Amino acid sequence: MYMTVAEKRKRSRRIWTLIILSVLIFCTFTYSVNAGYSKLPFLEVIKSFFGMADAGTQLIVTEFRLPRIVIALLVGAGLAVSGTILQGISGNGLADPGILGINNGAGLAVMLYISFFPSTMDVPVLFMPLVGFIGAILTAFVVYGLSYSRSEGLLPNRLLLTGIAVAAAIAALITLLTVRLDPQNYQRYAEWMAGNIWASSWQYVFALLPWLVVLGTFAFMKVKTLDVLSFGDQVATGLGVRVEREKFVLLIVAVGLAAACVSVSGGIAFIGLIGPHIARKLVGSAHRWVMVTAALSGGLLLLLADTIGRLIIQPSEIFAGIVVAIIGAPYFLFLLAKAK
Amino acid sequence: MDKSKQIKMNTRPTVAIFILSGGLLLLLILALFGIAVGAADINLSTVWDALFHYNSSETQHQIIRSLRVPRVIADMAIGAAFAVAGAIMQGITRNPLADSGLLGLNAGSTFMVAICFAFMPWLSYNSLILFSFVGAAIGAFMVFGVSSLAGSAMSPTRLVLAGAAVSSLLTALSEGLAIYFKLSQDLAFWYAGGVAGVKWSQLAAIWPWLLGALIAAILLSKSITILSLGDDIAVGLGEKTTFVKIASMVVVLILAGLAVSVVGPVGFIGLIVPHLVRFLVGVDYRWIIPCSAVVGAFLTLAADIVARTINPPYETPISVIFALIGVPFFLYVARKERRNL
Repeated sequence: MYMTVAEKRKRSRRIWTLIILSVLIFCTFTYSVNAGYSKLPFLEVIKSFFGMADAGTQLIVTEFRLPRIVIALLVGAGLAVSGTILQGISGNGLADPGILGINNGAGLAVMLYISFFPSTMDVPVLFMPLVGFIGAILTAFVVYGLSYSRSEGLLPNRLLLTGIAVAAAIAALITLLTVRLDPQNYQRYAEWMAGNIWASSWQYVFALLPWLVVLGTFAFMKVKTLDVLSFGDQVATGLGVRVEREKFVLLIVAVGLAAACVSVSGGIAFIGLIGPHIARKLVGSAHRWVMVTAALSGGLLLLLADTIGRLIIQPSEIFAGIVVAIIGAPYFLFLLAKAK
Repeated sequence: MDKSKQIKMNTRPTVAIFILSGGLLLLLILALFGIAVGAADINLSTVWDALFHYNSSETQHQIIRSLRVPRVIADMAIGAAFAVAGAIMQGITRNPLADSGLLGLNAGSTFMVAICFAFMPWLSYNSLILFSFVGAAIGAFMVFGVSSLAGSAMSPTRLVLAGAAVSSLLTALSEGLAIYFKLSQDLAFWYAGGVAGVKWSQLAAIWPWLLGALIAAILLSKSITILSLGDDIAVGLGEKTTFVKIASMVVVLILAGLAVSVVGPVGFIGLIVPHLVRFLVGVDYRWIIPCSAVVGAFLTLAADIVARTINPPYETPISVIFALIGVPFFLYVARKERRNL
């Protein structure tokens, strides 16, 4: 196929972006395995990747640090893809799964669950992600229902305002429950809500992975639709896209991704906002590239945030969600100030 | 003076005077009722005796004097403070969605209080209030800073989005402090909008600020009315808009800061009350501000009475009640005024 020089240059720029992001992820990954309360010699870390380190190091790496790192990467990627879809269908660059109340919805469900099953036994803890998932999905339906209008369809601004309002109502319900929780369970909930990647074992990786693979693949198959939708509803309709139906399906995919991620990582906001923005800056606006780049940069960001959080105040830690908010909120405000 | 005629036509002073006089009377009755209901129900006659023929050997009199009366006064104080803060913000920003909770003031205040809890637990209540003002100022500064960077094109929706982002940043920081210093539930109790534990010493600390801020608000009310017509018109009428805006913001920070320092971040009072009052008395802030104070005090007291009788012996935080009324109201306002958003 014939390509102009400009197109070739654009293409190589995009490919280089992906390569550089992957290298950065690999570096952070290696550094993160080493970062923590017990320092490991660098060589041992490398060895442990191949199962050749001594037993203690091997245990720390494969059972504690690796699953946590993998979850950070997966959650970051999932949230960023979710944000890409939401920004695409709402036509609003400020859309983010957190702003739509999905985190709070999952939080309320987890809170209810902890209130009724306060046991720390294995089975109830295992159900926490599932419960969070259901809460997130239900919230998304409420927000969608309240902001949808038959005559005007889905208005982006109204979607955001409704999300903020519903999040506030849910926060109130959560407050109602917190006061009755015993301190130990409360601490558990507070850590969940602050975006602690608490579910750091391989079973959560395997619980999360199918969702991300299935929904992520589906999202990637829809990149053309997202491109067409970005021309505006009228043009998209003219091009033969059933706008409202496609938007609804994509919304479900985005919510499913966000819900799956939030259910293992707790309330992490802003990754879904920042990931796609960085991606669009780096590779332009074609969703085929934006989505992949967003996934990589989202994963990188959350892994960085989690690593920084573990380093700052050892042996304690700052939760990834808080680090992300400290970086993400100013960026959001910057975008808001710049947006016309 | 077309505009001032318009204001006169759209103002209903009779209704306002009725709200002020009748409202105060109702407030008094509700206050007596509020003193009487609670975990231990007390006769109205006992309430009367406790207030006017105090006998320190009677337990019920002690309960009334040391717990119930300060609580009722605190309800009214914070209700008036949040409502007037909301009214002023809606007036000077011409943003129908303005409220100290939505624009980041409450989160800022909470953040400063969390810092005080964590690093300076020895602070007196009075200094805590001052820090709370500073916190509200930080929140407001961030939200309005962003909006001024965006130029004059900052729509109400954008302001609310900025408020949400600033709130989530400051809340994340407060959560971080709370988790690290294991203060989570202490703060949660206080976040929950509890007026239950209010002491006389706290009331003694806040009343000069409250009174001063309310008087300042009333003095500013004429200028706020003019500002609410739009900056151009205000300048045309010879208004010193910058001075009025800064003075109004200081009043708002004091009101929101002190209310948050007493009950934690209760949202939506400042959203609902001014809308209600404007609907009743019209567009003149000389009436809106005092009426908002009375209506805000009344609604908050009523909410607190509902809060402690709805599910005894548990206390339902008033922030919950206001959020459950406030959110549908917010959605209604957002839909109704969407053309301007």
